[in-house]
Amino acid sequence: MSETGIPGQLTAEIEGEQAETGAPSGPRRMVLNMGPQHPSTHGVLRLKVELDGENIMKCDPDIGYLHTGIEKEFEVKTYQQAVTLTDRVDYLAPLSNNLGYCLAVEKLLGLEIPPQAQWMRVMLTELTRLNSHLVWLGTHALDIGAMSVFLYCFREREDILRIFEMFSGQRMMTSYFRIGGLALEPPRGWQQRVKKFIGVFPNRVDEYEDLLTNNPIWIGRTQGVGAIPLEDMLDLGVTGPMLRAAGLKTDARKDAPYTSYDQFDFEVPTRTENDVYARYQVRIEEMRQSVRIVNQALEGMPVGPWKADAPHVVLPDREKMKTQMEALIYHFKIVTEGFRVPEGEVYQVIESPRGELGFYVVSDGTSHPYRIHMRTPSFGNLQATSKMVVGTLIADLIASIGSMDFVLGDTDR
Amino acid sequence: MLPENLRDQAVALAAEEFDSEALEGGKLDRGELTLWIAASKIASVCGFLKYDQKFVRLSSVTAVDRYPAEPRFEVVYHLHSVERNQRLRLKCRISGAEPEIESVTPVWRGANWYEREVFDLFGIRFLKHPDLRRIMLPDEWEGHPLRKDYPVTGSRV
Repeated sequence: MSETGIPGQLTAEIEGEQAETGAPSGPRRMVLNMGPQHPSTHGVLRLKVELDGENIMKCDPDIGYLHTGIEKEFEVKTYQQAVTLTDRVDYLAPLSNNLGYCLAVEKLLGLEIPPQAQWMRVMLTELTRLNSHLVWLGTHALDIGAMSVFLYCFREREDILRIFEMFSGQRMMTSYFRIGGLALEPPRGWQQRVKKFIGVFPNRVDEYEDLLTNNPIWIGRTQGVGAIPLEDMLDLGVTGPMLRAAGLKTDARKDAPYTSYDQFDFEVPTRTENDVYARYQVRIEEMRQSVRIVNQALEGMPVGPWKADAPHVVLPDREKMKTQMEALIYHFKIVTEGFRVPEGEVYQVIESPRGELGFYVVSDGTSHPYRIHMRTPSFGNLQATSKMVVGTLIADLIASIGSMDFVLGDTDR
Repeated sequence: MLPENLRDQAVALAAEEFDSEALEGGKLDRGELTLWIAASKIASVCGFLKYDQKFVRLSSVTAVDRYPAEPRFEVVYHLHSVERNQRLRLKCRISGAEPEIESVTPVWRGANWYEREVFDLFGIRFLKHPDLRRIMLPDEWEGHPLRKDYPVTGSRV
């Protein structure tokens, strides 16, 4: 912690202090501590900003306030238990994390996942993308001053959370994808529920656009703000919608399709303006594309099993467990000691709402992961903060960092 | 030396041609290519892969602790080439006595935070790193939690 300032308050020059403790490096400079409790940093990000008048001369993001040691905790869980930890990393996109982790372990195991489970995963992951983008849009607009968008976005998000609750019993920490398939059989009547939501949702996106897209204040606050040259973004590890708003058409769903994304027809939206407004446009278009994917999943959902045919990994049906000795033994072994995963290592990358989410899973052949590293998109994106805001005005800082769409749980793990 | 089954991998061949001493081995497992690189050569090999082989992105840097085996640590780099649509894993073995390796921040600026994280949680020093300090934990923290000999639970005495 800095000794020179109370977070969120202005800090005047203090003689004798050096730059690393947060003191300004020039006579006209002033250090502003933004966060870790600042409302527009959405969590506990702390930015040490050095100002000359209203110009940002230096910006040093300080992270780690939400570090919970999840990568360490993975090592004492069995593979199946560890699914629940992945929810808690990026808490706005729990199902994307579940998916990335399950795919990595399934790759180690060499499991074949039945089509219905794969399509269900695609559909729910896209609903998660909608959920995450809605929270981003609402809060980003709120930061910039458009209060009503927030209320509209959270209205639709509530519908999505109800759908998650219907499937998994949980609104946020779903853990609905398990190694080998899904946690539970899809509930009766899910089609109507999803169809009803996805039927009205495109009109709702139009509503948000009515409020923002041609709004002169919105345009004034976002156009030409927060640009980073594309080469710098690639160099600094920025991924996701920010890269696409700079004109690079890259999306793991297309480049290295997983869980049958190759059977779906959708576009990867890009813009070339590379500013906060372009990132807004890309995310809005991504929502429309997600609607397309969900609609295709609704129409063509395959029938059949929803978990893999692998009795040593997947828990048996309740009924079988009560009537068949073999199923009971498998059940007991999976629950008490977990299943063994062959030795090896994989790096599974998926496209989370925020960008490239990578799971590096190392197995030593036992029932507990030897090491799991999460390459989270927020961590990579946040590294570009300094490049993005130095040389701009303090008033643009909120719009700039809002356009990154980071989640601190995702950054700090 | 490059194993025979990697002779059809263009990147592996190019890396061998660039510096055959740096390339200690490799494997192709579950469709993922891994190359073992001599720790002292990592920065030059990364520079070659970025500028000559178009691996413009560094996806992540992390480490694995093989305690009590020696050499104890593996430093793992995941590279990504957008143009070739290919991913590549580089691994270096380093000793547990005084773990240090050259930083790749001169090649990718984005390595900065990843290496700070590895320094913080594993205690591996990155030489020539511009700003090597803890990133997740408080500066006065003792120990490096992701090491295998660091307990998961318990309190300090």
